[in-house]
Amino acid sequence: MMPIQPVLLLSATLFSVGIYGVLSRRNVVGILLSVELMMNAVNINLVTFSHYHGNHVGQVFAVFSIALTVAEVVVGLALVILLYRAKSDVAIDGAQALKE
Amino acid sequence: MDPIAFGIVAACLLLSALFVVGSKNLVHAVLWLAVTLASTAVLFVLLRAPFLAGIQVLLYTGGVITLMLFGVMLTRRHERVFIENETTRERRLPAMLAAAVLFGVVSASIYKTPSLPNGPVRTVTTDEIGRSFLTDQLLAFEVLSVLLLAAMIGAIVLARKADFGKERSRVVPRREKAT
Repeated sequence: MMPIQPVLLLSATLFSVGIYGVLSRRNVVGILLSVELMMNAVNINLVTFSHYHGNHVGQVFAVFSIALTVAEVVVGLALVILLYRAKSDVAIDGAQALKE
Repeated sequence: MDPIAFGIVAACLLLSALFVVGSKNLVHAVLWLAVTLASTAVLFVLLRAPFLAGIQVLLYTGGVITLMLFGVMLTRRHERVFIENETTRERRLPAMLAAAVLFGVVSASIYKTPSLPNGPVRTVTTDEIGRSFLTDQLLAFEVLSVLLLAAMIGAIVLARKADFGKERSRVVPRREKAT
């Protein structure tokens, strides 16, 4: 039988890698990919706690979170396409129209 | 859960995640993300959640990867140019620092928390998940369906061409001129 800590550590590492990706990438699609990594880490945590507690609600909310992520990807890609149409470039540095 | 199997899956997950954030070509990054998501499905099987593993493969490795590939292909500037990820050192160092700090804080709190569960008590069945979705967690289920509808409408409104009607009316006179 395995303790829960290594699994949580794995998911924390995945989340940190995702944070690094979000902060270092310039391409908006690349940032979206890193957000996916972070959501994946969250799902791993939900399922792990559900398994170790023997409670089904964690898995129910993992299903919820997976569907949420898919919806987020759809809207995110629509925004990326909109940005590409406006600027013909998907680097995050170009998307400062509201800031300036 | 078998520690050896967990070790193999964890190594796959971490390596492919590093390639996702590190690879220069975005198409490669998307394909590495597919590896990450598939190994997560394997991890779900190890955690005795076969239903979640199936959903993971269907929605993530099937749906999200396809969408992401579409996103990469639709937003590249020229046909033959690779989609480069031009990150600089000034960007990478603070990002690495932020990720390291977050990882340090979270891992410290994981090992300091006294009352973590020691081991699996029993296995959750798919039957329970389905029943819970339609009884206790009915609100979450309904909110989810409304959210999916909203996301669908939002994506259509955002991504369609704003001057769709105008363009069509502009095309018609041109064709008349040609004839």
